[in-house]
Amino acid sequence: MELLVASAVGVMTAAGIYLVLRLRTFPVIIGVSLLTYAVNVFLFASGRLAMDMPPILRDGVETYTDPLPQALVLTAIVISFGMTAVVVIIALGSWLACDDDFVEAVEQHDPRTSSADPAPRGQDAA
Amino acid sequence: MSHWMTLPVVLPAMLAAIIVLSARFHMSLARTFSVAGTVALALVAAGLFWRASDGTIDVYALGNWTAPFGIVLVTDRLSTLMLLLTSLLALPVLLYAIGSGWDKRGWHFHALFQFQLMGINGAFLTGDAFNLFVFFEVLLIASYGLMIHAGGAERLRAGVQYVLYNLLGSTLFLFALGTLYAETGTLNMADLAERVSMMGPDATAGIRVASVLLILVFAVKAAVLPLHFWLPASYSEAPGPVAALFAIMTKVGAYSIIRFYTLVFPPDLEITQGLFGTWLLPAALLTLTVGMVGVLGARRLDRLVAFSVIGSMGMLLIAVSVFTETGISAALYYALHSTLATAALFLLVDTVRERRGGIGARLQDATPIMGGPLVAGLFFAAAIAMCGLPPLSGFVGKLLVLDAARDNALAVWVWAVVLSTSLVAIVGFGRAGSQVFWKAHQVAATRADGTERDAEADVDNAPDPEPSPAALPMVAIGALIAGLVALTVAAGPIKRTLDATAAQLFAPEPYITTVMSTEGKDLSGYGHGDEGYGESAGDDGAHGSSADDTSDSEGH
Repeated sequence: MELLVASAVGVMTAAGIYLVLRLRTFPVIIGVSLLTYAVNVFLFASGRLAMDMPPILRDGVETYTDPLPQALVLTAIVISFGMTAVVVIIALGSWLACDDDFVEAVEQHDPRTSSADPAPRGQDAA
Repeated sequence: MSHWMTLPVVLPAMLAAIIVLSARFHMSLARTFSVAGTVALALVAAGLFWRASDGTIDVYALGNWTAPFGIVLVTDRLSTLMLLLTSLLALPVLLYAIGSGWDKRGWHFHALFQFQLMGINGAFLTGDAFNLFVFFEVLLIASYGLMIHAGGAERLRAGVQYVLYNLLGSTLFLFALGTLYAETGTLNMADLAERVSMMGPDATAGIRVASVLLILVFAVKAAVLPLHFWLPASYSEAPGPVAALFAIMTKVGAYSIIRFYTLVFPPDLEITQGLFGTWLLPAALLTLTVGMVGVLGARRLDRLVAFSVIGSMGMLLIAVSVFTETGISAALYYALHSTLATAALFLLVDTVRERRGGIGARLQDATPIMGGPLVAGLFFAAAIAMCGLPPLSGFVGKLLVLDAARDNALAVWVWAVVLSTSLVAIVGFGRAGSQVFWKAHQVAATRADGTERDAEADVDNAPDPEPSPAALPMVAIGALIAGLVALTVAAGPIKRTLDATAAQLFAPEPYITTVMSTEGKDLSGYGHGDEGYGESAGDDGAHGSSADDTSDSEGH
């Protein structure tokens, strides 16, 4: 269980960081989403992993899991969801205004990167 | 328990909602609400500052839940000082936005402005680490809207970078909070302070990680050197008044560093030894150097001011990382000064950019701008303050920082870097100012002769659209400069207040006991009160994350 959760957090963080370092906004946004998933799982585990224990008071139950991380995760999910929506909208606006979706302004298109990229600009609207 | 201290959060929140819902299509109504709200905010902040100025610490338990279980708002000298600074900054900036018509160039400027104030005030007031994250997000999401206010390709691209960078910062903050909670089982700052101080010398790996992650997060906000890349583009592309308001945002990062590392991880704590002297001080020195070299190298006036923000944050953090009472006191003085100075500079740059037409803020030859002497005079004053030349407050601030660093191990480095970067900054600002304001007359003279007509510059230099510039923007900038003058003239009394603030920060016991002993509802007597649910509150906290450990019950 611990191994599963820990490796899930690690793999998602690694993939997220790799994607965040890409040039175009779409993979970067996917990377940020992966990082927020990773941090949500991490926060969830910060109250220790407990199986089959309820977080709220109930009759006839002796042991409980920590309810606070669950509240924190809910908050974090809502915030990251909203933030992702905001960044998607701003990135769309930037793509429409600048005619490309590079995160960093590229003055002159380097022929090497644009030929290596499978989706030339204009076609990734779909 | 006074309800007044919730007003700096509640008032802007309510006003923003009212402005969005009912004053959306009535610009004059929205402006009235916004200005009235900001004036009221300044009055409330002044009242709270006055109340805290005798050392009183007030605690407001939200929902009347007692401290470790619920969220608390705390006012002490530091938080009320920052509240007052925020509202005193917000008022001139708002007047400038109204006077220059920036608020009409896009939607919802006033609502977003109020939400931004709500987030900043909340971050200064809260006594709960997770709540600090929530208020960071509130101020960030409002700043995303303000940053891309009025649109434009370059601004949107800078906006994407800004949002992405801050999203990564928020993720890092959540990782830090998760680690902190896993180690201590609480997120209330006063409770954290108690539990961290109880931790033994062994098994501190987790809490060390948490403290370093936290300082990384706050360093992102404060634009400390390896993490400063978001700042130049976003501050120079943001609308002028928005960039001026953002002057307080880097100070939120510095405030959080001061708050966390005096309260939760105090300087004598064994766990965080070396964090400031070994890591933060060199980083701050580098920040100052790169910022001021950026001032010298900038080819646009707005980027120049953005780099001077980085430089001033470096100076502030040098004073913070000395981490003595005199250091914190000097840092606070420099924070007051640099907030007002950078805001004035951003507003002046915006004025210049607007009046120069197509050439914008680029440091190239152009004809003189409308109202040049006044703008040039104000720019001169603000630049003197920013570079730290006498007689304005920058000089006093720099002197305090140098004085505080005298006993430090790296004192020679601090003195050398601070003094040499001052020279670099003076050259940078002098070059920019003479290019924009003085050389313009030479250009105008050669053009009048009819010789050497520069065709390109002619096209760039569109005639000024407004025949007579409005007075309100100049009044707003003048108010900020007047604030700098007041900061210089009243440096003695202000310094005494700041010394008391620093002394209060270095004696955190009253803060902790006030927060932890505030009366209110707790978990005993709820539901199955007789089944011992309330007992675990008193168990050993350091590693107390057993399955039924009770901690905050934050209902976000």
